[in-house]
Amino acid sequence: MDEASVRADLRAYITRELIRDEGYGLKDDEGIISGGLMDSFALAELGVYVEQAFGVYIPDPDLTVAKMDTLNQIVARVLRG
Amino acid sequence: MNAMLLTPDSRHTFATLLDARTLTDSDDTQPAIIYLETDQPPITVTRREFREQVRQHAAGLDALGLRAGDLLIIAHTQNLESIYAFWGALLLGAIPSMFPTLTDKLDPQVYMRGMAELARLSDVRAVLTTDAFAPELTPHVPCPVYGSEDLTTQAHREGRSAPPAARPSTDAVAFLQHSSGTTGLQKGVALSHRAVLNQLAHYSAALALSSDDVIVSWLPLYHDMGLIAGFLLPLVQGVPLVLMSPFDWVQHPALLFRAIHDYRGTLCWLPNFAYNHCARRIRARDLEGLSLTSMRQLINCSEPVQAASHALFLERFAPLGARPEMLGVSYAMAENTFAVTQTPPGQPARLDTIDRAALEHEGRAVPVPHDHPNAHTRVSCGPCIAGTQARVLDADGAPLPDRHVGEIAIQSDCLLSGYYRRPDIQPFREGWYLTGDRGYMADGEVYIVGRSKDLIINAGKNVYPQDIEAIVNTVTGVHAGRAVAFGVPDEREGTELIAVVAEVKTEDAEERRQISAAIRQAVARASTVTVSYVHLVGAKWLIKTSSGKIARAANREKWLAERSASRSGGHEPTPGG
Repeated sequence: MDEASVRADLRAYITRELIRDEGYGLKDDEGIISGGLMDSFALAELGVYVEQAFGVYIPDPDLTVAKMDTLNQIVARVLRG
Repeated sequence: MNAMLLTPDSRHTFATLLDARTLTDSDDTQPAIIYLETDQPPITVTRREFREQVRQHAAGLDALGLRAGDLLIIAHTQNLESIYAFWGALLLGAIPSMFPTLTDKLDPQVYMRGMAELARLSDVRAVLTTDAFAPELTPHVPCPVYGSEDLTTQAHREGRSAPPAARPSTDAVAFLQHSSGTTGLQKGVALSHRAVLNQLAHYSAALALSSDDVIVSWLPLYHDMGLIAGFLLPLVQGVPLVLMSPFDWVQHPALLFRAIHDYRGTLCWLPNFAYNHCARRIRARDLEGLSLTSMRQLINCSEPVQAASHALFLERFAPLGARPEMLGVSYAMAENTFAVTQTPPGQPARLDTIDRAALEHEGRAVPVPHDHPNAHTRVSCGPCIAGTQARVLDADGAPLPDRHVGEIAIQSDCLLSGYYRRPDIQPFREGWYLTGDRGYMADGEVYIVGRSKDLIINAGKNVYPQDIEAIVNTVTGVHAGRAVAFGVPDEREGTELIAVVAEVKTEDAEERRQISAAIRQAVARASTVTVSYVHLVGAKWLIKTSSGKIARAANREKWLAERSASRSGGHEPTPGG
């Protein structure tokens, strides 16, 4: 998995399915949950998606607002495998 | 001492909530509460430990000067301390009320202003919160604020032990449940010991509750479903409560299934969206080895029940032992303490297939075959529990026959005493409480079809669109007074999502992105909900009524129409109700 394609995939998924506004220009370090762009039940959805799309299972203690609030954080966690 | 479960037959042996079996039963070794947190070992609190903690908290509140009849706001995260404080207050005869705490997401200024308003209007005598937040809140509210430390140190310093248990009258107000809405302007639903015990006796009978039951809950205690079904019911009945925090559950929904499996859970209450959340967002590996076969009922409550959500849940969890007769429904409200109706245990919730056109245009529920072009399936909320009656009224307040839609009115032996310190709001009309919900009766069961007002119910939470609009109107770039909020039913989520349409002057894409982000941020910080759709439009997009008010329904229709015309992805909101 290369960083750029993971980032592009996650950005598209998050803006389309979770923010529900494909035209929204999501910034890499923007707080997605703390900024009110998606609610905290979307975290569980993200966990399901990441496992399906990249085969990465993120355990519950890592699936929290503090650790998964920005695109940068999410991409880094996915790349860690 | 109560060795018996609270039932309509044993009801006379319970005078107040202080006769709860968890406090009085001779066997004090049983677990009262099992508290679960993500990645932490479970905490089991026996009845003996529970009693000791409740006495210590009562001693602390007493040492701080709290007295019988004083209103105490408990604004904690969901934890054991808040539970002990609630029961400690009851032991003193004080009136506790559970509130949400300040979270990272919320704007502290907005939260503190709301709390100050509530304290002033309702004559709050003290706010109990976390040690970290207490000093911050203190300068902002006109009553003392105590952290948990204050409670223990004060009692300890004065060498106080618990005061003798209060003997409140059975008609005294036991506690308040606060309605949703802007903090401070929320109505405090005052419930007497008599009303709460009547509700618990009848509701337990409707559930065929036995001492073998185990209740599992992730619901917040500041909500009637969490407070009554997921907290007072097990503690009064002395059946184990397996409790977790809503924050943990929403992020890690498999926790609920793990808890049901590990503790052989039998009863659990969930708002409709939770069926979708569990079915769609629990990962297969988190369910390995788990079983739901111990469950008697999962009870769908606090937002409109969707047949599709039950179907989705059954499809996903049948391999774990989920069966149609496990999925019950309760129509409930804080004003009736909790339940109005309940699906009888052991049978699936009844389904009523009716003509959608007749429902929408004539307000009648006309049965049709499943393959009828206008076939539309509604899920029954079940019959009224004993002690509660419901009827359906027309616009003039006259009762309607079966299968005619009108406003649901209820009468019972577990209704609120009134709204606390609000003699100006009269909840009853000729002894009946008008619920504001629209529905019909058929074959002795209640069906809810909508609301009389513009209320949005998002993930089990009541949200007033005017509160969201007021927040949006403060956002820089939004033409003040030119914003509208409404609910959009969403089949994927199994709840209503919140949409905002706001008029802005700028046409610049980056400026619009910033306004859109600012709207979402502002709502997140000033309310407990998240906006799912933000649509920015130019001047004069919004439709106004002849009296110059923004017409929510008309603007909602306009947005839905534009949206379905220009859709480029994502999922379709379902028009209609």
